[in-house]
Amino acid sequence: MTKAATGTDDPIGMAQDNGAGSQGPSTDAILRSILSDLLGLSAEQVAEMTAETELFGALPELDSMAVAGLLTEMEDRLGIVIDDEDVDAELFETFGSLFEFAETKRAA
Amino acid sequence: MSAAVRPVRYHFAGHDEHCLSAGTADAERRILIVQPLFDEMNRMRRVLVQVMRDLERRGLQSFLPDLPGYNESMAALSDQDLDHWRGAVSAAAAQFGATHIASIRGGCLIDDGIPHLPHWRLAPAKGAQLLKTMIRARIAGDREAGLVTHSEALIASAQKAPVELAGNRLSAAMLHSLESAEAKDLPILTLCNLGSDGVEGSALWLRAEPQDDPQMSVSLATHLDNWSASCGG
Repeated sequence: MTKAATGTDDPIGMAQDNGAGSQGPSTDAILRSILSDLLGLSAEQVAEMTAETELFGALPELDSMAVAGLLTEMEDRLGIVIDDEDVDAELFETFGSLFEFAETKRAA
Repeated sequence: MSAAVRPVRYHFAGHDEHCLSAGTADAERRILIVQPLFDEMNRMRRVLVQVMRDLERRGLQSFLPDLPGYNESMAALSDQDLDHWRGAVSAAAAQFGATHIASIRGGCLIDDGIPHLPHWRLAPAKGAQLLKTMIRARIAGDREAGLVTHSEALIASAQKAPVELAGNRLSAAMLHSLESAEAKDLPILTLCNLGSDGVEGSALWLRAEPQDDPQMSVSLATHLDNWSASCGG
């Protein structure tokens, strides 16, 4: 699994309407707010994240407890169900990989 | 005079349990604060103690009881479940003469033992949500140690012996009570969330590294002051 081709030339649109018919916040905005809560980052810091921003490994705070909290919050705020079998370390490599996983789950 | 937080005790199920208290006994409003559960408890403790200091300056008394099985408690965590904790919260509220009950996150699951008191809740959590996070942390930790653990097998094994989840030794009864637990409706209930029309601050209970937020403490204390003045007491 690599970052999908879209990851490089289209840094995830900040407040993009994903056109899925929901008037709530976009997947992008929800993920940024979860990471802000989890890591204690300011709005400016999370706004600077791009698809290439490294998460796991680059962020020492993201230990197994934090990852567990991240998954549960994603389920709660994105209205998705995550099977633990779907979860591997690559998912948390970059903000882009996390975003694509969330979008796929949301569309399912 | 600077506000001081003092240790006091309440009696429950054969043990003297630890509790923090701020303010004086002649206060008309005495708020019992029910902490979040498990690791979220640790992440919110500093903020809540600052809230208690602030409430004292506003002339209120407040209590922050430790649940049986935590901190200095002589009771075993592996003997606890949500019903037991609900009993402990009710015992503390009765023994301290609480006039109001304020609960946060998982605390909202065990705050309903004295239903006639006014209740205030911040961002109630579901039991299943808390349980799932702890199970995930355990599975992820095991994986780092090269072990493959499945959630169902882990829960089933609790029937034989308490399981350790994210540093908590929990009984089958606790797991079972968490699976379906949701905050119950109450007659005098104020529900509050984070945000522009709620408490100013962020979800500190999720922080990977516990943090302080003095502004959030002030906002919480202001909400509790205004709410408790508006109902009961």
